[in-house]
Amino acid sequence: MASLKDMRVRIASTKATQKITKAMQMVAASKLRRAQTAAEAARPYADKMSVVISNIASAAAGSPGAPPLLAGTGRDQVHLLLVCTGERGLSGAFNSSIVRLARERALALSAQGKDVKFFCVGRKGYEQLRRQFDKQIVEHLDLRSVRQLGFVNAEDIAKKVLARFDAGEFDVCTLFYSQFKSVIAQVPTAQQIIPLVVEEGAAASTTSYEYEPEEDEILTRLLPRNLAVQIFRALLENNASFYGAQMSAMDNATRNAGEMIRKQTLVYNRTRQAQITKELIEIISGAEAV
Amino acid sequence: MATFHFDLVSPEKLAFTGEVDQVDIPGVEGDFGVLAGHAPVVAAIRPGILTITTAGRHEKIIVLGGLAEVSESGLTVLADVATSLDELDRAQFAETIAEMEEGLKEHEGDELDQAIERLDHFKSIQQQLSSTAMH
Repeated sequence: MASLKDMRVRIASTKATQKITKAMQMVAASKLRRAQTAAEAARPYADKMSVVISNIASAAAGSPGAPPLLAGTGRDQVHLLLVCTGERGLSGAFNSSIVRLARERALALSAQGKDVKFFCVGRKGYEQLRRQFDKQIVEHLDLRSVRQLGFVNAEDIAKKVLARFDAGEFDVCTLFYSQFKSVIAQVPTAQQIIPLVVEEGAAASTTSYEYEPEEDEILTRLLPRNLAVQIFRALLENNASFYGAQMSAMDNATRNAGEMIRKQTLVYNRTRQAQITKELIEIISGAEAV
Repeated sequence: MATFHFDLVSPEKLAFTGEVDQVDIPGVEGDFGVLAGHAPVVAAIRPGILTITTAGRHEKIIVLGGLAEVSESGLTVLADVATSLDELDRAQFAETIAEMEEGLKEHEGDELDQAIERLDHFKSIQQQLSSTAMH
Protein backbone atom coordinates (compact mmCIF):
# COMPACT_ATOMS: atom_id res chain seq x y z
CA MET A 1 0.00 0.00 0.00
CA ALA A 2 1.37 3.37 -1.06
CA SER A 3 1.88 5.86 1.70
CA LEU A 4 -0.21 9.02 1.89
CA LYS A 5 2.70 11.10 0.77
CA ASP A 6 3.23 8.96 -2.35
CA MET A 7 -0.41 9.39 -3.22
CA ARG A 8 -0.27 13.16 -2.82
CA VAL A 9 2.72 13.29 -5.15
CA ARG A 10 0.90 11.16 -7.68
CA ILE A 11 -2.19 13.35 -7.66
CA ALA A 12 -0.07 16.46 -8.06
CA SER A 13 1.70 14.98 -11.05
CA THR A 14 -1.57 13.98 -12.70
CA LYS A 15 -2.79 17.53 -12.18
CA ALA A 16 0.35 18.90 -13.80
CA THR A 17 -0.16 16.62 -16.78
CA GLN A 18 -3.74 17.75 -17.06
CA LYS A 19 -2.60 21.36 -17.18
CA ILE A 20 -0.26 20.54 -20.05
CA THR A 21 -2.83 18.67 -22.09
CA LYS A 22 -5.34 21.44 -21.48
CA ALA A 23 -2.86 24.05 -22.70
CA MET A 24 -2.00 21.94 -25.75
CA GLN A 25 -5.66 21.62 -26.56
CA MET A 26 -6.13 25.35 -26.50
CA VAL A 27 -3.04 25.99 -28.58
CA ALA A 28 -4.20 23.40 -31.11
CA ALA A 29 -7.63 25.04 -31.23
CA SER A 30 -6.23 28.43 -32.10
CA LYS A 31 -3.79 27.01 -34.63
CA LEU A 32 -6.59 24.96 -36.13
CA ARG A 33 -8.54 28.11 -36.84
CA ARG A 34 -5.61 29.56 -38.73
CA ALA A 35 -4.92 26.32 -40.61
CA GLN A 36 -8.56 26.06 -41.56
CA THR A 37 -8.62 29.60 -42.95
CA ALA A 38 -5.49 28.85 -44.96
CA ALA A 39 -7.02 25.66 -46.34
CA GLU A 40 -10.17 27.52 -47.31
CA ALA A 41 -8.22 30.37 -48.91
CA ALA A 42 -6.44 27.88 -51.16
CA ARG A 43 -9.61 26.18 -52.30
CA PRO A 44 -10.81 28.61 -55.03
CA TYR A 45 -7.47 28.40 -56.80
CA ALA A 46 -7.31 24.61 -56.70
CA ASP A 47 -10.93 24.24 -57.80
CA LYS A 48 -10.58 26.66 -60.67
CA MET A 49 -7.34 25.00 -61.71
CA SER A 50 -8.94 21.57 -61.89
CA VAL A 51 -11.87 22.89 -63.93
CA VAL A 52 -9.56 24.52 -66.47
CA ILE A 53 -7.34 21.45 -66.58
CA SER A 54 -10.19 19.03 -67.09
CA ASN A 55 -11.58 21.25 -69.84
CA ILE A 56 -8.34 21.16 -71.76
CA ALA A 57 -7.32 17.66 -70.75
CA SER A 58 -10.49 15.89 -71.80
CA ALA A 59 -9.84 17.20 -75.29
CA ALA A 60 -6.15 16.34 -75.27
CA ALA A 61 -6.15 12.99 -73.44
CA GLY A 62 -6.94 10.89 -76.48
CA SER A 63 -4.40 12.48 -78.80
CA PRO A 64 -1.08 10.68 -79.29
CA GLY A 65 1.03 13.72 -78.39
CA ALA A 66 -0.47 14.07 -74.91
CA PRO A 67 2.17 14.85 -72.26
CA PRO A 68 3.18 11.88 -70.05
CA LEU A 69 2.01 13.71 -66.92
CA LEU A 70 -1.50 13.31 -68.30
CA ALA A 71 -1.32 10.14 -70.37
CA GLY A 72 1.15 8.25 -68.18
CA THR A 73 4.22 6.37 -69.34
CA GLY A 74 2.13 3.53 -70.69
CA ARG A 75 3.21 1.24 -67.85
CA ASP A 76 2.29 0.92 -64.22
CA GLN A 77 5.16 -1.16 -62.93
CA VAL A 78 6.77 1.26 -60.50
CA HIS A 79 4.61 3.14 -58.02
CA LEU A 80 5.73 6.12 -56.02
CA LEU A 81 3.78 6.73 -52.83
CA LEU A 82 4.04 10.32 -51.69
CA VAL A 83 3.13 10.10 -48.04
CA CYS A 84 2.42 13.38 -46.26
CA THR A 85 2.22 13.25 -42.49
CA GLY A 86 2.74 15.59 -39.57
CA GLU A 87 5.97 16.61 -37.93
CA ARG A 88 4.85 15.97 -34.41
CA GLY A 89 2.93 13.35 -32.52
CA LEU A 90 0.45 13.63 -29.67
CA SER A 91 -2.33 13.88 -32.18
CA GLY A 92 -4.25 10.65 -31.73
CA ALA A 93 -4.35 8.38 -34.74
CA PHE A 94 -3.61 11.17 -37.23
CA ASN A 95 -0.17 10.05 -38.40
CA SER A 96 -0.69 6.34 -38.04
CA SER A 97 -3.94 6.29 -40.01
CA ILE A 98 -2.22 7.90 -43.00
CA VAL A 99 0.68 5.52 -42.67
CA ARG A 100 -1.66 2.55 -42.36
CA LEU A 101 -3.43 3.47 -45.59
CA ALA A 102 -0.10 3.86 -47.39
CA ARG A 103 1.21 0.60 -45.98
CA GLU A 104 -1.87 -1.35 -47.03
CA ARG A 105 -1.60 0.09 -50.51
CA ALA A 106 2.10 -0.75 -50.66
CA LEU A 107 1.54 -4.36 -49.59
CA ALA A 108 -1.33 -4.77 -52.05
CA LEU A 109 0.84 -3.44 -54.86
CA SER A 110 3.77 -5.65 -53.90
CA ALA A 111 1.46 -8.65 -53.89
CA GLN A 112 0.59 -7.81 -57.50
CA GLY A 113 4.28 -7.87 -58.34
CA LYS A 114 4.69 -4.10 -58.67
CA ASP A 115 7.64 -2.13 -57.38
CA VAL A 116 6.87 0.38 -54.67
CA LYS A 117 8.88 3.43 -53.70
CA PHE A 118 8.20 5.93 -50.98
CA PHE A 119 8.67 9.65 -50.74
CA CYS A 120 7.96 10.75 -47.19
CA VAL A 121 7.00 14.29 -46.33
CA GLY A 122 6.91 14.80 -42.60
CA ARG A 123 9.02 13.23 -39.93
CA LYS A 124 6.41 11.01 -38.30
CA GLY A 125 5.52 9.13 -41.44
CA TYR A 126 9.17 8.57 -42.23
CA GLU A 127 9.87 7.15 -38.81
CA GLN A 128 6.97 4.75 -38.99
CA LEU A 129 7.59 3.58 -42.55
CA ARG A 130 11.32 3.23 -42.05
CA ARG A 131 10.83 0.18 -39.84
CA GLN A 132 9.22 -1.83 -42.59
CA PHE A 133 10.25 -0.26 -45.89
CA ASP A 134 13.63 1.26 -45.18
CA LYS A 135 15.17 0.33 -48.54
CA GLN A 136 12.16 1.51 -50.54
CA ILE A 137 12.17 5.05 -49.20
CA VAL A 138 13.85 7.03 -51.95
CA GLU A 139 13.54 10.41 -50.35
CA HIS A 140 12.26 12.05 -47.23
CA LEU A 141 11.74 15.63 -46.35
CA ASP A 142 10.79 17.20 -43.13
CA LEU A 143 9.06 20.50 -42.81
CA ARG A 144 9.98 20.95 -39.20
CA SER A 145 11.73 24.24 -39.75
CA VAL A 146 8.82 25.64 -41.76
CA ARG A 147 6.72 27.90 -39.60
CA GLN A 148 4.12 29.00 -42.09
CA LEU A 149 3.36 26.60 -44.92
CA GLY A 150 3.78 28.44 -48.19
CA PHE A 151 3.25 27.52 -51.78
CA VAL A 152 7.03 27.44 -52.12
CA ASN A 153 7.17 24.31 -49.96
CA ALA A 154 4.72 22.51 -52.21
CA GLU A 155 6.55 23.67 -55.31
CA ASP A 156 9.74 22.31 -53.87
CA ILE A 157 8.22 18.87 -53.35
CA ALA A 158 6.59 18.93 -56.79
CA LYS A 159 9.95 19.74 -58.36
CA LYS A 160 11.58 16.75 -56.69
CA VAL A 161 8.78 14.44 -57.77
CA LEU A 162 8.92 15.77 -61.33
CA ALA A 163 12.67 15.32 -61.52
CA ARG A 164 12.25 11.67 -60.59
CA PHE A 165 9.42 11.26 -63.04
CA ASP A 166 11.45 12.78 -65.86
CA ALA A 167 14.29 10.44 -64.98
CA GLY A 168 11.87 7.55 -65.45
CA GLU A 169 12.11 6.36 -61.86
CA PHE A 170 8.40 5.64 -61.52
CA ASP A 171 5.22 5.36 -63.58
CA VAL A 172 2.42 6.17 -61.18
CA CYS A 173 2.43 8.57 -58.27
CA THR A 174 -0.15 8.51 -55.50
CA LEU A 175 -0.48 11.16 -52.84
CA PHE A 176 -1.45 10.20 -49.29
CA TYR A 177 -2.81 12.78 -46.89
CA SER A 178 -5.58 13.33 -44.45
CA GLN A 179 -8.61 15.20 -45.63
CA PHE A 180 -10.08 17.64 -43.16
CA LYS A 181 -13.80 17.04 -42.77
CA SER A 182 -14.35 18.50 -39.33
CA VAL A 183 -12.63 18.74 -35.99
CA ILE A 184 -13.63 15.19 -35.12
CA ALA A 185 -13.39 13.65 -38.57
CA GLN A 186 -10.22 13.46 -40.63
CA VAL A 187 -10.27 11.05 -43.51
CA PRO A 188 -6.99 9.54 -44.73
CA THR A 189 -7.10 9.81 -48.51
CA ALA A 190 -5.14 8.42 -51.44
CA GLN A 191 -5.15 10.50 -54.59
CA GLN A 192 -3.43 9.59 -57.82
CA ILE A 193 -1.60 12.64 -59.18
CA ILE A 194 0.57 11.15 -61.93
CA PRO A 195 -0.85 10.40 -64.44
CA LEU A 196 -3.56 12.91 -63.72
CA VAL A 197 -7.03 11.48 -63.30
CA VAL A 198 -9.52 13.68 -65.08
CA GLU A 199 -12.89 13.41 -63.44
CA GLU A 200 -15.73 12.74 -65.81
CA GLY A 201 -18.34 15.38 -65.50
CA ALA A 202 -15.93 17.97 -64.14
CA ALA A 203 -15.60 19.19 -67.69
CA ALA A 204 -19.30 19.87 -67.92
CA SER A 205 -18.80 23.33 -69.34
CA THR A 206 -19.56 23.34 -73.04
CA THR A 207 -17.97 26.72 -73.69
CA SER A 208 -15.54 26.51 -76.55
CA TYR A 209 -12.52 28.53 -75.57
CA GLU A 210 -9.93 30.17 -77.67
CA TYR A 211 -6.47 29.27 -76.51
CA GLU A 212 -3.53 31.57 -76.41
CA PRO A 213 -0.93 30.10 -76.87
CA GLU A 214 -1.96 26.67 -78.22
CA GLU A 215 -3.77 24.14 -76.05
CA ASP A 216 -0.90 21.72 -75.71
CA GLU A 217 1.48 24.50 -74.76
CA ILE A 218 -0.86 25.69 -72.03
CA LEU A 219 -1.24 22.09 -70.93
CA THR A 220 2.51 21.57 -70.60
CA ARG A 221 2.69 24.70 -68.48
CA LEU A 222 -0.31 23.80 -66.37
CA LEU A 223 0.36 20.16 -65.55
CA PRO A 224 3.48 20.67 -63.39
CA ARG A 225 1.77 23.65 -61.84
CA ASN A 226 -1.28 21.57 -61.05
CA LEU A 227 0.92 18.99 -59.35
CA ALA A 228 2.26 21.66 -57.00
CA VAL A 229 -1.25 22.93 -56.37
CA GLN A 230 -2.51 19.46 -55.47
CA ILE A 231 0.41 18.91 -53.12
CA PHE A 232 -0.10 22.33 -51.58
CA ARG A 233 -3.74 21.55 -50.97
CA ALA A 234 -2.83 18.21 -49.43
CA LEU A 235 -0.33 19.89 -47.12
CA LEU A 236 -2.87 22.46 -45.98
CA GLU A 237 -5.57 19.86 -45.46
CA ASN A 238 -3.05 17.81 -43.54
CA ASN A 239 -2.14 20.75 -41.39
CA ALA A 240 -5.75 21.47 -40.51
CA SER A 241 -6.39 17.76 -39.87
CA PHE A 242 -3.35 17.56 -37.65
CA TYR A 243 -4.54 20.33 -35.36
CA GLY A 244 -8.07 18.94 -35.42
CA ALA A 245 -6.80 15.51 -34.40
CA GLN A 246 -4.49 16.99 -31.80
CA MET A 247 -7.27 19.07 -30.36
CA SER A 248 -9.61 16.12 -29.88
CA ALA A 249 -6.78 13.90 -28.63
CA MET A 250 -5.82 16.49 -26.03
CA ASP A 251 -9.44 17.03 -25.09
CA ASN A 252 -9.71 13.31 -24.39
CA ALA A 253 -6.47 13.34 -22.45
CA THR A 254 -7.67 16.23 -20.31
CA ARG A 255 -10.89 14.42 -19.55
CA ASN A 256 -9.07 11.18 -18.73
CA ALA A 257 -6.74 13.06 -16.41
CA GLY A 258 -9.75 14.58 -14.64
CA GLU A 259 -11.24 11.14 -14.18
CA MET A 260 -7.95 9.80 -12.85
CA ILE A 261 -7.59 12.67 -10.40
CA ARG A 262 -11.09 12.00 -9.12
CA LYS A 263 -10.33 8.31 -8.54
CA GLN A 264 -6.98 8.95 -6.94
CA THR A 265 -8.43 11.58 -4.62
CA LEU A 266 -11.12 9.13 -3.56
CA VAL A 267 -8.58 6.44 -2.70
CA TYR A 268 -6.41 9.04 -0.95
CA ASN A 269 -9.28 10.27 1.23
CA ARG A 270 -10.36 6.71 2.13
CA THR A 271 -6.85 5.78 3.13
CA ARG A 272 -6.48 8.98 5.14
CA GLN A 273 -9.77 8.37 6.99
CA ALA A 274 -8.90 4.71 7.61
CA GLN A 275 -5.63 5.81 9.15
CA ILE A 276 -7.33 8.39 11.38
CA THR A 277 -9.83 5.76 12.55
CA LYS A 278 -7.01 3.35 13.25
CA GLU A 279 -5.15 5.95 15.30
CA LEU A 280 -8.31 6.83 17.24
CA ILE A 281 -8.89 3.16 18.08
CA GLU A 282 -5.32 2.88 19.26
CA ILE A 283 -5.68 5.97 21.47
CA ILE A 284 -9.01 4.85 22.92
CA SER A 285 -7.93 1.28 23.60
CA GLY A 286 -4.73 2.69 25.12
CA ALA A 287 -6.78 4.97 27.42
CA GLU A 288 -9.06 2.09 28.44
CA ALA A 289 -6.11 -0.06 29.40
CA VAL A 290 -4.86 2.57 31.84
CA MET B 1 -20.28 51.17 -68.90
CA ALA B 2 -21.05 47.51 -68.56
CA THR B 3 -19.18 45.74 -65.82
CA PHE B 4 -18.24 42.08 -65.40
CA HIS B 5 -17.11 39.85 -62.58
CA PHE B 6 -13.41 39.45 -61.96
CA ASP B 7 -11.62 37.07 -59.59
CA LEU B 8 -7.91 37.16 -59.01
CA VAL B 9 -6.76 34.10 -57.11
CA SER B 10 -3.30 32.99 -56.07
CA PRO B 11 -2.62 29.64 -54.35
CA GLU B 12 -2.49 31.32 -50.98
CA LYS B 13 -5.43 33.69 -51.14
CA LEU B 14 -8.22 35.33 -53.08
CA ALA B 15 -6.46 38.58 -53.99
CA PHE B 16 -9.33 40.40 -55.66
CA THR B 17 -12.98 39.81 -56.35
CA GLY B 18 -15.66 42.16 -57.60
CA GLU B 19 -17.30 43.92 -60.53
CA VAL B 20 -14.91 45.80 -62.80
CA ASP B 21 -15.03 47.80 -66.04
CA GLN B 22 -11.84 46.62 -67.64
CA VAL B 23 -8.80 44.46 -66.91
CA ASP B 24 -5.55 44.65 -68.84
CA ILE B 25 -3.62 41.40 -68.75
CA PRO B 26 0.01 40.75 -69.65
CA GLY B 27 -0.41 37.66 -71.83
CA VAL B 28 2.44 35.46 -73.01
CA GLU B 29 1.70 36.51 -76.57
CA GLY B 30 1.13 40.17 -75.79
CA ASP B 31 -0.98 42.34 -73.52
CA PHE B 32 -4.70 42.27 -73.97
CA GLY B 33 -7.64 44.07 -72.41
CA VAL B 34 -10.82 42.37 -71.29
CA LEU B 35 -14.14 44.20 -71.33
CA ALA B 36 -17.61 42.93 -70.55
CA GLY B 37 -18.81 40.44 -73.16
CA HIS B 38 -15.34 39.24 -74.17
CA ALA B 39 -15.21 35.97 -76.10
CA PRO B 40 -14.27 32.89 -74.03
CA VAL B 41 -10.48 32.64 -73.87
CA VAL B 42 -7.87 30.71 -71.93
CA ALA B 43 -4.53 32.47 -71.98
CA ALA B 44 -1.20 32.03 -70.26
CA ILE B 45 0.21 35.05 -68.46
CA ARG B 46 3.79 36.25 -68.30
CA PRO B 47 5.20 38.02 -65.26
CA GLY B 48 3.96 41.60 -65.57
CA ILE B 49 1.60 44.24 -64.28
CA LEU B 50 -2.14 43.68 -64.41
CA THR B 51 -4.34 46.76 -64.42
CA ILE B 52 -7.87 46.75 -63.08
CA THR B 53 -10.12 49.66 -64.04
CA THR B 54 -13.20 50.32 -61.96
CA ALA B 55 -15.20 53.51 -62.52
CA GLY B 56 -12.21 55.40 -63.84
CA ARG B 57 -9.88 54.30 -61.04
CA HIS B 58 -6.87 52.17 -61.87
CA GLU B 59 -5.45 49.52 -59.63
CA LYS B 60 -2.19 47.84 -60.52
CA ILE B 61 -1.29 44.37 -59.39
CA ILE B 62 1.91 42.54 -60.12
CA VAL B 63 1.43 38.96 -61.24
CA LEU B 64 4.29 36.55 -61.71
CA GLY B 65 2.88 34.28 -64.37
CA GLY B 66 -0.29 32.25 -64.37
CA LEU B 67 -3.41 31.73 -66.38
CA ALA B 68 -6.42 33.85 -67.37
CA GLU B 69 -9.80 32.40 -68.21
CA VAL B 70 -12.69 34.37 -69.67
CA SER B 71 -16.09 32.67 -69.66
CA GLU B 72 -19.70 33.81 -69.53
CA SER B 73 -19.46 34.10 -65.78
CA GLY B 74 -16.60 36.58 -66.01
CA LEU B 75 -12.84 36.65 -65.84
CA THR B 76 -10.73 34.51 -63.55
CA VAL B 77 -7.01 34.98 -63.24
CA LEU B 78 -5.00 32.20 -61.62
CA ALA B 79 -1.83 33.99 -60.68
CA ASP B 80 1.28 32.20 -59.43
CA VAL B 81 1.96 35.17 -57.18
CA ALA B 82 -0.18 38.30 -56.92
CA THR B 83 1.09 41.37 -55.09
CA SER B 84 -0.56 44.76 -55.20
CA LEU B 85 1.73 47.62 -56.13
CA ASP B 86 1.52 49.22 -52.70
CA GLU B 87 2.45 46.06 -50.88
CA LEU B 88 5.45 45.29 -53.01
CA ASP B 89 8.78 45.40 -51.28
CA ARG B 90 10.92 47.07 -53.94
CA ALA B 91 14.21 46.28 -52.27
CA GLN B 92 13.30 42.63 -52.09
CA PHE B 93 12.18 42.63 -55.70
CA ALA B 94 15.53 44.05 -56.76
CA GLU B 95 17.17 41.35 -54.67
CA THR B 96 15.17 38.64 -56.44
CA ILE B 97 16.35 39.99 -59.78
CA ALA B 98 19.95 40.02 -58.61
CA GLU B 99 19.56 36.43 -57.43
CA MET B 100 18.12 35.40 -60.76
CA GLU B 101 21.04 36.97 -62.58
CA GLU B 102 23.39 35.03 -60.35
CA GLY B 103 21.43 31.85 -60.99
CA LEU B 104 21.70 32.15 -64.78
CA LYS B 105 25.05 30.43 -64.80
CA GLU B 106 23.57 27.22 -63.47
CA HIS B 107 21.16 26.80 -66.35
CA GLU B 108 21.90 25.57 -69.84
CA GLY B 109 20.08 25.01 -73.12
CA ASP B 110 16.34 25.48 -73.08
CA GLU B 111 16.33 26.11 -69.38
CA LEU B 112 18.73 29.00 -69.86
CA ASP B 113 16.45 30.53 -72.47
CA GLN B 114 13.50 30.25 -70.13
CA ALA B 115 15.43 31.75 -67.25
CA ILE B 116 16.58 34.67 -69.38
CA GLU B 117 13.06 35.25 -70.62
CA ARG B 118 11.74 35.27 -67.08
CA LEU B 119 14.49 37.63 -65.96
CA ASP B 120 13.60 40.01 -68.81
CA HIS B 121 9.99 40.06 -67.66
CA PHE B 122 11.05 40.84 -64.13
CA LYS B 123 13.31 43.62 -65.32
CA SER B 124 10.56 45.17 -67.39
CA ILE B 125 8.31 45.16 -64.34
CA GLN B 126 11.00 46.91 -62.39
CA GLN B 127 11.40 49.50 -65.11
CA GLN B 128 7.69 50.18 -65.22
CA LEU B 129 7.70 50.50 -61.47
CA SER B 130 10.37 53.14 -61.43
CA SER B 131 8.86 55.07 -64.33
CA THR B 132 5.39 55.14 -62.79
CA ALA B 133 6.62 55.76 -59.28
CA MET B 134 6.06 59.48 -59.61
CA HIS B 135 2.28 59.39 -59.61
